[in-house]
Amino acid sequence: MKNLEFRTATSAQGGLVVMGGVPGVAAGSRVQLRDHTGRVRSGQVIRTADDAVLVEVFEGTDELDLERTWVRFLDEPFKLPLSRDMLGRVFNGSGLPRDGRPPIISADRRDVNGEPLNPAARAYPREFIQTGISAIDGMNSLTRGQKLPIFSGGGLPHNRVAAQIVRQARLLGEDASDFVVVFAAFGASHADARFFQESFEESGVLNKVVMFLNLADEPVIERLLTPRAALTAAEYLAFDLDQHVLVVMTDMTAYAEALREVAVLRGDVPARKGYPGYLYSDLAELYERAGRIQNRRGSITLIPVLSMPSDDITHPIPDLTGYITEGQIVLGRELANQGIYPPVTVLPSLSRLMKDGIGKGFTREDHPHVASQLFASYAKALEVRGLAAIIGAEDLSDADRRYLQFAEAFERQFIGQGEDEDRSVHETLNLAWDLLSMLPPDVLIRVSEDELAKYHKGRA
Amino acid sequence: MGKILEINGPLVKLELPQTVIGEQVRVGRIGLIGEVIGRDGDTALAQLYEDSAGLCPGEEAEGLGWPLSVELGPGLLGAIFDGVQRPLQAVREQSGDRIARGVSVPALPRDTRWHFVPNPERRAGSMLAGGDVLGTVQETESIQHRILTPPLIHGELLELAPEGDHTVEEVIGRVRLADGRIEKLHLFQRWPVRMPRPYTQRDHAVVPLITGQRILDTFYPLLKGGKAAIPGPFGAGKTMLQQQIARWCNAEIVIYVGCGERGNELTDVLEFMPRLKDPHTGRPLMERTLMVANTSNMPVVAREASIYVGITLAEYFRDQGYDVVMVADSTSRWAEALREVSGRLGHMPVEEGYPAYLGSRLAAFYERAGRVETLAGDHGSVTLIGSVSPPGGDFSEPVTSHTKEIIQTFWALSKELADARHYPAVDWLESFSGNVSSAAKWWAEHVDPEWESARAEALDLLAASEELQRIVNLVGVEALSSEQRWTLESADLIKQGLLQQSAIDDADSFSTPEKQFTLLAALLEINHQGMKLVKLGAPARRLIEMPLLAQARRWKNQHSSADIAGLKARVAAIPDAFEPLLQEYIQPPSPLRGEGQGERVGAQALGSQT
Repeated sequence: MKNLEFRTATSAQGGLVVMGGVPGVAAGSRVQLRDHTGRVRSGQVIRTADDAVLVEVFEGTDELDLERTWVRFLDEPFKLPLSRDMLGRVFNGSGLPRDGRPPIISADRRDVNGEPLNPAARAYPREFIQTGISAIDGMNSLTRGQKLPIFSGGGLPHNRVAAQIVRQARLLGEDASDFVVVFAAFGASHADARFFQESFEESGVLNKVVMFLNLADEPVIERLLTPRAALTAAEYLAFDLDQHVLVVMTDMTAYAEALREVAVLRGDVPARKGYPGYLYSDLAELYERAGRIQNRRGSITLIPVLSMPSDDITHPIPDLTGYITEGQIVLGRELANQGIYPPVTVLPSLSRLMKDGIGKGFTREDHPHVASQLFASYAKALEVRGLAAIIGAEDLSDADRRYLQFAEAFERQFIGQGEDEDRSVHETLNLAWDLLSMLPPDVLIRVSEDELAKYHKGRA
Repeated sequence: MGKILEINGPLVKLELPQTVIGEQVRVGRIGLIGEVIGRDGDTALAQLYEDSAGLCPGEEAEGLGWPLSVELGPGLLGAIFDGVQRPLQAVREQSGDRIARGVSVPALPRDTRWHFVPNPERRAGSMLAGGDVLGTVQETESIQHRILTPPLIHGELLELAPEGDHTVEEVIGRVRLADGRIEKLHLFQRWPVRMPRPYTQRDHAVVPLITGQRILDTFYPLLKGGKAAIPGPFGAGKTMLQQQIARWCNAEIVIYVGCGERGNELTDVLEFMPRLKDPHTGRPLMERTLMVANTSNMPVVAREASIYVGITLAEYFRDQGYDVVMVADSTSRWAEALREVSGRLGHMPVEEGYPAYLGSRLAAFYERAGRVETLAGDHGSVTLIGSVSPPGGDFSEPVTSHTKEIIQTFWALSKELADARHYPAVDWLESFSGNVSSAAKWWAEHVDPEWESARAEALDLLAASEELQRIVNLVGVEALSSEQRWTLESADLIKQGLLQQSAIDDADSFSTPEKQFTLLAALLEINHQGMKLVKLGAPARRLIEMPLLAQARRWKNQHSSADIAGLKARVAAIPDAFEPLLQEYIQPPSPLRGEGQGERVGAQALGSQT
């Protein structure tokens, strides 16, 4: 079957081609189509019967006709060749080089869809990953094997934050050198793609990064393949080569929209906002590939970036993502408008696995309490700010006025930092104490007496 | 033997005459398992429990002759199964860290020998009816597994094995049925998951399930054999609350169904459960627990099945006379699986793409909960607690609204409370329980006759404070009278000192009913004492400054359930703390002391009384 070409297309429309009279084609099989100009496209069988086979064409069906299209069924699913040489390279969504260098040749080729990890084989995520960003490291820490998305909105600097994380992320501890990044961008503009590439090149991390880029003007169907290819590469690096892999994927909204586009073509019944009912399962198939496995050294930590349509956190894409991931980092327009970078809105942000990655032995013993105290004090400070908006700042008590100052300083100094500023977690915690010292010790009830004595500047 | 005609995702069209709807089929060279969901002439439509990639039209297919069934017998406890009851530990030994397709492992270990002790009442020649106890196997130290006659078997017992060790497959007895056929008995039996197991009759549920969680037990009780739902947006702590219930509730068997949820969460449960002790027996929690796990990345059709696998296992232990709690996290994922499959079948969607039969399927599922008289004449119960994950936290969406009509107890989780780090984030205004009057009888008999009125009083206080909070948000706290401020403060005391409960604090994580009531009564006593003073003219500010209020907020952590005496001593000392103020205000206050409007109102009230 692999060596036969069929010219039996009976219809072609919007990325889908129906082939007639090709018996025995396997479901999910990869397909090569050759058009009248000799251009070869790839695709996948999504429905198969002896009399009709439905093929999804990754590069789209533009300029195809039915009479001069030759189709070859490869009898295997879409596979990605894997090798250590992927590091430092840039690929397109189907895993072909887009950096002008030769393709990866390897006998180790794997189905990009992967196989579900047995829950009984998982190991629980532990241990801290330092991103150098205080709002994340200090209050919403990332642990190895966690999936922690960034919820953003149109026009917010999520790409810059994502690039900064890629440049700065590191492990603390002896296996710090076994750290690599897989970066996937889908539906990205040419400008964004160039920004990422140059950003990694300039900072010299490119040789630790594998990039998969699918641009906004490239076929949407390939967009569905891009994260799968990236995660397949990540699984290889993590569980075959014992690396700790950080996977950054942007922008999941473009992915979900591509999924919707293809679902409508296939005639799937829409659920919410036209997205197919399987959006949850589909996203979970991607996100759940993060994690750790018992008795294996490597890990996959996943940071998907998504822009919330109209900043709406209840939109199906952030909503379903939030149900699968272990927390979220939320970027906010209000902080961004004040010129604060990165504009992390800390109160709705959450890292569910933080407690298992910080504190004694991981970061510093006061970290859990400091994080909790920062949340509490900042929440209180925002309450005061709300009150001040009603009754005016003049009528506030002295204690309340200190909270106002704290909120201001916290946003400017702790949340805000330079795009090239890489703060160690110790620097972050010390900074937190500088700010907490603006408040009297007796309102800091989430930190212990010993910690107050040791770190509170008013006590020294 | 039939063959595959068409493959469309998990749906396959087969040429397979004479199959029955619901029957299991095995298709393709790698032997994927599925279930027939429709027939049309000689073709059958089946949905596969695993990904269909690689299957070709023309490959073989065969009917297996039985519907999706579970194996019921010794070896269930402590296990973790996937959505079609494959034991995940054994699957791992066979196929490695990832679940390969077509893996076939029996649910119960075939080589373990169990020590069977026959029931002395069962003698050869006696009549045997379905559900009768044949004997017992001490499966774990805390749980005795009762070996039951399969429900549909009635006849004369010809022989029964003496005490001894057997594997689940060995024949332990023979029965001659009414039609003369001889049926073999084993330590295990099979039962189709979509058919409720029979019982003699339904009983009234009368005893509350004690979860040790104050907001649940004291305010929104659930009975053993009842149905509850936990709806909440992501990040509201659904899973944490369910894990707390699984950990602490006083059921004898806990079945935890992870349906379409996070893999790491199950890992968390798997890692901590074996280390924890059952608070009621002191034995490792794992001995009374079993898990069904279909994580969100596992095939969606098996997700639809996983809920039924769980409830059938629950019914089996109920039939042995146990109180079983089944926790299903999350029923929304199950409903979505239903939607996905119905979408593929081309069923007409009604609301948000869900099929029209969503409501009836949900209702039928929840109806499998209940307290019953078993076929053997014992009493057992299945309590069903399902979490719901409404998109965007919108409780008006189809799954939440249908569920709300079916269940008796509704533990609504709130994003606002969770954001304020108030855990468990059970919203006291949105939640409800239809079991309060039944539970009140139990509390009156076992804890305190005042329970029902104290509960109502606390809820009134919380509702009043919610009204007041709205005023405060508009015009600030200064606008309130002293009485109102004290109400606000008392409600706050109840929220922090009673409703908030830490899952990680050893003393606080679990509260006995007695501790729950003592705390509640204590906080209400503080409210009464303070209100008396406010009525005498004391400004609320003086009361709020009392160190007692800060202390009372910590009592829940300082006195574990074992230290009820210590807690009671605190309660006894409450009037003393108010004594100095009382002395001061028992006389009408002089006008010079006047500070707020509320105080003057108080003074006038006092004046009119005297």
